[in-house]
Amino acid sequence: MSTSVRRESGGVKALRASIIIITLVLSIGPVLYGIVLSVRPFAAVLNDPLNLFPAPSELDFSAYADALRSTADGGYGLGGFLVNSLILAVGTVLASILVSILGAYATARIRFSGRSVGNAIIVAVYMFPGVVLAVPLFVLLSRAGLTGTLVGLVVVYVALTVPVSLYMLRNYFIALPSSIEDAALIDGCSLMGVIWRIVLPIALPGIAATAMYMFMIAWNEYLYALLFLVQSRELWTAPLGIAQLTEFDTPVTILLAGSIVVTIPVVVLFIFAQRLLISGLASGAEK
Amino acid sequence: MADARTTKVARGSRLSRAQRANLHGYLLSAPSYLAITLVILIPFCAVVVFAFADFRLIDIPQLNLGNIEWSLGNMRDALGSGAFWGALGTTVAYAVFTTIGVIGGGVIVALAMRKRFRGQNVVRALFLVPYVLPVIAGATIWRTMLNPQYGIINAFGMQVLGWEAPIAFLTTKSFDVAGVGIPLALIVVILFEIWKSAPFTFLFVTARLQNVPAELEDAAAIDGANARQRLTHIVLPQLRTVVMVLLLLRFIWSFQNFNDIYLLTQGAGGTEVMAVKVFKELTVRADVGSAAAYGLCMTAILIVFGILWALANRRKEAM
Repeated sequence: MSTSVRRESGGVKALRASIIIITLVLSIGPVLYGIVLSVRPFAAVLNDPLNLFPAPSELDFSAYADALRSTADGGYGLGGFLVNSLILAVGTVLASILVSILGAYATARIRFSGRSVGNAIIVAVYMFPGVVLAVPLFVLLSRAGLTGTLVGLVVVYVALTVPVSLYMLRNYFIALPSSIEDAALIDGCSLMGVIWRIVLPIALPGIAATAMYMFMIAWNEYLYALLFLVQSRELWTAPLGIAQLTEFDTPVTILLAGSIVVTIPVVVLFIFAQRLLISGLASGAEK
Repeated sequence: MADARTTKVARGSRLSRAQRANLHGYLLSAPSYLAITLVILIPFCAVVVFAFADFRLIDIPQLNLGNIEWSLGNMRDALGSGAFWGALGTTVAYAVFTTIGVIGGGVIVALAMRKRFRGQNVVRALFLVPYVLPVIAGATIWRTMLNPQYGIINAFGMQVLGWEAPIAFLTTKSFDVAGVGIPLALIVVILFEIWKSAPFTFLFVTARLQNVPAELEDAAAIDGANARQRLTHIVLPQLRTVVMVLLLLRFIWSFQNFNDIYLLTQGAGGTEVMAVKVFKELTVRADVGSAAAYGLCMTAILIVFGILWALANRRKEAM
């Protein structure tokens, strides 16, 4: 083994170990802290902030129920906000992926004039500060009567995610062997047929990874949701809802419970997409 | 619509290969460009108009290209105000220090994780937690930790370290440490961003490190190079390209960051960066022209930075 040649002194080893341990504490410590506080009664948190190991009898999951229940039932309405976020994120992912699969296939495989100029525009567009675009979008959408709707926001999210999505998918498509596509085209398969029957199945892991990234962007988005939806409480997204509740005197246990719940879809998606990624790789290897 | 398509297809069969490729290319990429044009390019042109036009929010329905009164007023007001330069200074400080922290932290942790050990994959996955965590969750947890009443940091400080009073981390502009004022809230938002984004750099650097050929290091070790020499002469030079790309991306993202800062402090305690300033000009003051002028300056600075970066990189490659 090559490692036998390279010896490490004890000091280097200790340095390595301490960096890893400190990083581990810093990465998961705050999240564990949030989880622990979310299952303690608010009064207990106020009385004894340093107690990080609540007794089993002290465990209290009511913050989760209160956070999720609708305001009509005396809760904080987070369940409804999560549904809004889900509609928005899924809608964005579907539209953005559909649009960018076509565009990415064109830039990866078809040699048409103006292709490189188009790619340059997309990279440049990606660098535009979001808040700068918020100024005219706020004006234009309010003129078009689209503020206070989820549709207007989906359109904005699609345009914001398409540059990244195009770029990621293009790289996946370029990496695929093009010989099967060429053979199908010669056999008389249409271009859409090639994309639907050949490219999509092979590129599925790449598409899944891209979709997951798009979902995270839409799920995290806060600025445009705040600008366009703040007036209509029933349309608040989960991040907007939690941020707005912070403004009022909402118990911190509720806010933390909400934060943990918002994290769950991302974690589930990770587990699900990971399986899809591995199965995609495995089916690719069989051929 | 159906007619147009059939004629196009019928004509397509008589087109040359190159013409057909062009047609297909344009048709497939049309939806992408339509979305980008509608939501990014046209609005950006509108920002330019807003920044140089003299009008109020109520004039917008009547506004068209013919009746715009061009004016340098918005730009002059922006560039002449102390608030603009203050926000710019805060933004530059924020962007520079987060970029250094995010890349430095990512590289150091990636180097520490090079040697294989049991459970390495689990540890690596746990390192990514702050990056995967939704921003709202991260910000809420940090706000809780730093809360003066029940936050763990202040509780620890007062009960264990003997602080006399809790510290309002998120609203204190200048905190006195041994007679020197430090920008406390700004430091907190910088640390938050490093915490949240360093895992991203760690991931990229780790991927690059796995491609550093082991033979190079072995050869150097046989020639008597010690660990430090191997690190500075062999490993670090291999990271140059990935670090340069991350430097550009991280600086641009930090420079225009809004969410993380606004969710933590809402611009209080000396954390009003350009993005927060633009947002406040638009919503609190309802001054579209001023918001557009600030935004345009922000974009101009980013473009200049991008060009400088490209030039610096080209010169290095030529050497």
